[in-house]
This record gives sequence, C-alpha cells and structure tokens, in this order.
Amino acid sequence: MNDVILSMTNVSKAFGPVRALKNATLELKKGEVHALMGENGAGKSTLMKVLTGIYTKDTGSIVYDGKEVEFTSPKESQEAGISIVHQELNMMNHLTVAQNIFIGRESMKMKFFTNDAEINRKAKEYFKLLNLDVNPKEVVGNLTVGKQQMVEIIKAISMNAKVVVFDEPTTALTRRETEELFKIIEDLKNKDIAIVYITHRMEEIFKITDKVTVMRDGEYVGQLETKKTTKYEIISMMVGRVIYEDPKQESNVSSDAEVVLSVKELSAGRAVKGVSFELRKGEILGFAGLMGAGRTEVARLIFGADKKDSGEIYIKGKQTNINGPKDAVENGIGYLSEDRKQYGILLDMDVSNNTILPSLDNYIKNGLIEDKRIDDVSTRYIKDLNTKTPSTKQILRNLSGGNQQKVVIAKWLARDCDILIFDEPTKGIDVGAKSDIYSLMNELTKQGKSIIMISSDMTEVLRMSDRIAVMCEGRKTGELSIEDSTQEKILHYATLRKEGE
Amino acid sequence: MNTKIEKEHSSNLLLSITKNQKFIAAVALFIIYLFFFVSSTAFRSTDTLTSIFDASYYIGFLAIGVTFVIITGGIDLSIGTVMMCTAIIGGVLYTNLGLPLWLALLSMIAVGALFGLINGVLVARFKLPAFIATLGTMMVARGLGSIVSDVQSITFPLRGSEDGWYKSIFRLENNFPMGIVVLLIFTILAAVILNKTKIGRYIFAIGSNREATRLSGVNVNKWETLAYVISGICAGVAGIAYAATYTTILPGEGAGFELDAIAGVVIGGTSLSGGVGTIFGTIIGVFIMSVLKVGLPYIDLQPHYQLFITGIVVIIAVYFDVRRRYKRG
Repeated sequence: MNDVILSMTNVSKAFGPVRALKNATLELKKGEVHALMGENGAGKSTLMKVLTGIYTKDTGSIVYDGKEVEFTSPKESQEAGISIVHQELNMMNHLTVAQNIFIGRESMKMKFFTNDAEINRKAKEYFKLLNLDVNPKEVVGNLTVGKQQMVEIIKAISMNAKVVVFDEPTTALTRRETEELFKIIEDLKNKDIAIVYITHRMEEIFKITDKVTVMRDGEYVGQLETKKTTKYEIISMMVGRVIYEDPKQESNVSSDAEVVLSVKELSAGRAVKGVSFELRKGEILGFAGLMGAGRTEVARLIFGADKKDSGEIYIKGKQTNINGPKDAVENGIGYLSEDRKQYGILLDMDVSNNTILPSLDNYIKNGLIEDKRIDDVSTRYIKDLNTKTPSTKQILRNLSGGNQQKVVIAKWLARDCDILIFDEPTKGIDVGAKSDIYSLMNELTKQGKSIIMISSDMTEVLRMSDRIAVMCEGRKTGELSIEDSTQEKILHYATLRKEGE
Repeated sequence: MNTKIEKEHSSNLLLSITKNQKFIAAVALFIIYLFFFVSSTAFRSTDTLTSIFDASYYIGFLAIGVTFVIITGGIDLSIGTVMMCTAIIGGVLYTNLGLPLWLALLSMIAVGALFGLINGVLVARFKLPAFIATLGTMMVARGLGSIVSDVQSITFPLRGSEDGWYKSIFRLENNFPMGIVVLLIFTILAAVILNKTKIGRYIFAIGSNREATRLSGVNVNKWETLAYVISGICAGVAGIAYAATYTTILPGEGAGFELDAIAGVVIGGTSLSGGVGTIFGTIIGVFIMSVLKVGLPYIDLQPHYQLFITGIVVIIAVYFDVRRRYKRG
C-alpha cells in the first residue's frame, strides 16, 4: 500500500524577478509528523501557500491522495482535506467556539435560521475525540491563546483534514500548552493524519517529528530522518556552504571607543527579558535572531515607542529617562522602522515635509514656517543620499521603497541624530538601492554616528556589523565579535532557548 | 524606468486634481449662482446677496474650525450646540449678570475653547472615538444651554441700543455686509495657520499617519487636542456671529448646524479620512449651501428642498473623494 499522501516535486514560484521557490520538494506520508525547516525567507511559507492555493505554482507538480492537483483557493484545498493552523490566529473573538469552527458551514433550520444547538453538538464530538476540555458555547475572546489554538486545530480537522500544516504553533504558547499541543499532534498522527510542522525550535523537532525537510533560498536541500540526525547537521544544511559576498573581516571600532548608548536589563512583558548591551561611537551593532526573537521590541523600547517594565538606558554615560519617542529624539536617537509605510513615512506628504518632520522647530521664524529653507535642506539631503525623486514636492507614495528609506534616513540626519536604529533597513528594497544604503551606513559611522542594525538577513549582518548581538525569545543569548562570527554560530545562539521555559 | 516616469507623471496629474477639488467646487458655486440669477429676476437683488452672506457667517466659522479637526482624521459633532451654548452663556452673562458686552463676547470664545479642550482631551489623551466623544459633548452643550438659560430665550442688545455696536461687526448702519469682510479675514488667517505654521503642518501630518508622526518625536496628543480647541474657538466666534445676525437665541436650537458645517467642509474637498483639505475649499462649500438655501425659494422650492439637494451634493462630493483615494491605491 502506498502511504504517501502528498508529494510536491520541483515546485517553482517567482514574484517578478524574485524566485521565491526553486525546485522545492516535499514528500509527506500518512500518520507522519514532518518538520519543515529553514531560515527566514527560505521559502517555507511560500511553499505552504502554494500547497493551499493562496499562490499558484509556476512549474512542478503536486500529487495529493494519488491525484495531480492544483488548488486555486484556500477553500478548495480545505475541501480536499488540507488545513493550516496559522501562526497568528484568525478568529472572530466575539463569536462562540462552535460558531468559529463552523463559520461558512453553518447548520441551518428551515434553510433560514442558524442551528446553534447542532453545531455545538458537533463541536463537542470533535473535542471529545481529542480529549479536549473546551466548551463550544464559550466566546472565543475569553479563551487563553492555547485554547484558541485548539479551536483552530478542531476547525482544521473538522473539515476531514488528511493533512494539517502547523505554522510555528508554539510561538505564543506556555510550556504546558505546548505539552498539550504535542499530545494533540500525537493523537492526530494516530488517526493517520499527516502533519507538516514548521518551527524554529530545534528541541521541538526532536521531540515530535519523524522527518525533517530542510529548505534554503527557496530550494529543497534535503530530507532527514529525525532519529538519525543532529541539531548541527540540520543547522549546517539550513546555512549551506554558499560563499556570501564580502563579509566584514574585522571591526572598524576600537574596543575603547566611547560608549554612546548603554542598555541595562531592559524588560517588557514576555517579549523582552533582561536585555543589556552597549553601543560604541562609530559602531554598527548587528542584532541577529529569528523572527519574533524580540529585536524590534527592544528597539521600540529604547526609542520610547512602547513602555518598558524595567531597565535603564544610559546615553553617553548619563542615565536618561525615555517616556516617549519625543524624549528619544531629543536625546539624538532616530528609529527606522521595519514597517516603513505604517511607522516611518507620511505617504501622502511630500519629500520635504517628511524630511523635516522631527526638526520642524528649526524652520520657524516669527511663528511662520520657512518653506524656502525646508526646500533647501531637503534638496541637500536628496543630493547627499542620492535619493531619486523628481522634486522635493513629490509625495512619498510615488517613490520606490529604497528612496522612501533614504527619506527616512534624511529625516533623522536633519534632526542631528547620532544614534540610529535601523530595523530591517533593506527589507523590500531592490539590490541597487540596497548597496546604496550599505555605503550610506558605512559613511555615517565614519562620521561618528552609531548604528544598531536589526536584520534577519544573515549576509547583511555579517557584511555590515562590527559586533553582533543575538537574541532568542526575548533574551540576548549571545554576543559575537565580527572576527569570530559565522552563520553557524549565530544560528546556534538564535535557537538557544532557555531550559525550563 | 519608462513605466516609472509615466507613473510619476500620472500621479502628478492626480495630485493636481486633488488640489483642484476646491476649483471644481468654485466652478460649481458659480454655476449654481448663475442658475438662480438667470431663473429668477427677484434673486438679482442686493438683499438676496445679503441674505446669502448672513446665512454663511456662522456656518462659515463652524466649518473653518471643524476643517482643522477633519484634517487630523477626526470629527467634531459638538460645534452646532456648542455655538448655541456659548451664545446663551454670553447672553446670560450680559443680561443677567451685567457683564460689559465686550467681556461677554470674549467669554463666549473662552467657553467654546473649553468645550474644544474637553473634546481634544477625550479624543487625543483618552482615545475615545471622536464621533462618540463629540456626540457626547454635543448633548452636554445642548443641555447646558437649557440649564443656564432656564429654557428661556435670550435676547442680545438691539441695533441702536447702547450696546448695539457689536451688530456692526457683521452689518454696518448703511446695510453694508461687513461680515463678509470679517469672514474673509478670518478665512485668510485660518489658511495661514493651516499652511504656514507648526500646528497646521502637524495637523496634516497627524491626519496622514498619526503613528509615524508620533515616532518622529512629535507630541501628537498635544497637537491633536489643539485642533479641537481651534474648532471650539471657532464655535465661539460663530456664536457671536449668530447673536449679531439673529439677536434672539432659543435654547435647544443648534443641533444640525454641525452637519451643515461638515457638509460644507466635505463639498470643499477636505477628506473625511484626514490628511487632505483646504480652508478656501471649505468656504466655497459653505457658500454653495447658502446659495442653495436662499435661492431655492426663488424658484418656488421650499427651503426643505435645500436639505434634499444638499444631501445629494454631499454624496457626490464624498464619492469623488473616495474615488480619488481608491485610484491612488
């Protein structure tokens, strides 16, 4: 009997010039828990989106349950028995558990009235099947995240799923909830359901999976049997042996350079736990880690965008209270958000107004704004940063991502900020503009500015940083000088979870 | 590269259309006026023109004020009843408490500012939805007016009486509609504040993207609050204009005026989703409504047809705004 339920072979998918998937391959058997591993951007999510019909593949084949398939919508794939439990829960918080599970598939009375009693009964049966204690009549918003996830899982299998994909399911769960989840997965497995399990957590791989497929740069690297492999084998497959372009050989900053920013024991909720580090004058401090490691949260705390629970911030040796972005900016800190459009720029305002937004006070005479001087200074930064825009009056919506990013940088330079936090500075930016941003960053540090660079792009971290701090799950798990940094070491620290959490 | 240039070109075109909604509104105003002028000989009198001006003063001040709030992406529903409330309080201070008239008039502006401050704090600091917060103060102001006046009508000094001078702010002895000059000066002042001062620039920034503005180190709570204070001050000024034009204030009136003002703002091209707007557009929008209001009876349509037609005009104006936004992506 052939027990292969799903086989994806040589699947490719390109978005414009970007090849997100190149001959990706995944073979899944009934009753198997199969881990899908890879760095951020390795193509795991894209592959799953192709599988479930959110994207359509360019080439390759998908054979499911013995038939060649090509789903064109998530609804189709669900009906065929492929379900995803997403990392972010997509629930209607004000509806009950049963209403959530059967949304779009409600039982009806006389074809007009909803029949809640019927769906409550059905939901109860499913919960019993997996020995779960959830009341179908409870409003979902009142449940813990762990319970909500169980509802998602029930929703997934209630569609007669034969394949269930878990996308980083444990990110938001407590240890006990995680244990419970593993039990459920075990149960599903015994019911011959095949499971794709995406995670960054090594120990989970060894606890519950049977096989591991590793992806890198959109490509299939290899398939391993969990029992016969090690953490290090998996990491080295994830990293590969590709020679990346010119990583930095040595730090440009002497170890006795002035400390411009010192952060001590910074904490906030579960996202940031006791993070301490120092930033020196003229230094680029790389912050590496996997998604959700808490790096952006650290940046937002330092910048005062969110409130910290505890911790101290020293700027140039002096303890500084930062209660909001205003305080941070006044102390010379500038922040380039990873989400430019939402947090970085005013899309419908022009280049000059975006440039002087933090420093508008400097361009006011007798209560009136000096538009001529604003224009002059924006023109100067357009030239200095080589920003491509037809004029200072162009609205930002009409600039490319790279040029929008340059306007954000100009805005902090115009405000005389000398501590700059660059959060994913080259995200969504094309190659040419990328190298512009890199040389700009190097130029800035030469002028004595200091940069914290958060990046999920390993190449970028190794190429730009003088020193690298690595975070995992809210903690700083390691700090490396650029001289002894390797991708393997960074990834080791990035997956170093604290025991007993 | 070519497509990029094209894109920029077309968006410049879009930008100029965006800026030109007030131009479209001005043309519409002219056409509507011309329509009445041609249709009715009676309409062509100077008295008619004066009525149009009279009907534009208080709504004009309200509309100018609320333009600031709408550009932040908010709304102020309280301005109509706040205006009446300031007029009642001013009248009570003058007649019952014997305050000098000039002081009573200034108090009206102060009362308006106070209501604006309350709205601003509720919205900016306590994060209440602007619609709900100002709906609340709208009711509070209406109630307060009735309480303070003991549900009696309030009469301001008549022309010719000792304190009748304030009437000349809006109409001279020889019937010259001075108010149009006052409104024009006020309009220019408001336009300068909106386009040439820090608060104006921050108001646009907040309306474009509040969070990005906050993350640029701007104290957004303060500036957003001030937008509501400006709206309140304008309601106070509108109260003075109303008192000077109509002399007698009836408690319980004023509800609905805010919608006329907001309709004027929207017709003038200010976007209800914030970040876009002009004071001159607002004034043109207000005049379109006043011309309709005064003109319709001349072609034998009762004033309530004004509501019907204004409603249609508002829907058309918002439709243009939405389509523009949609095209921009």
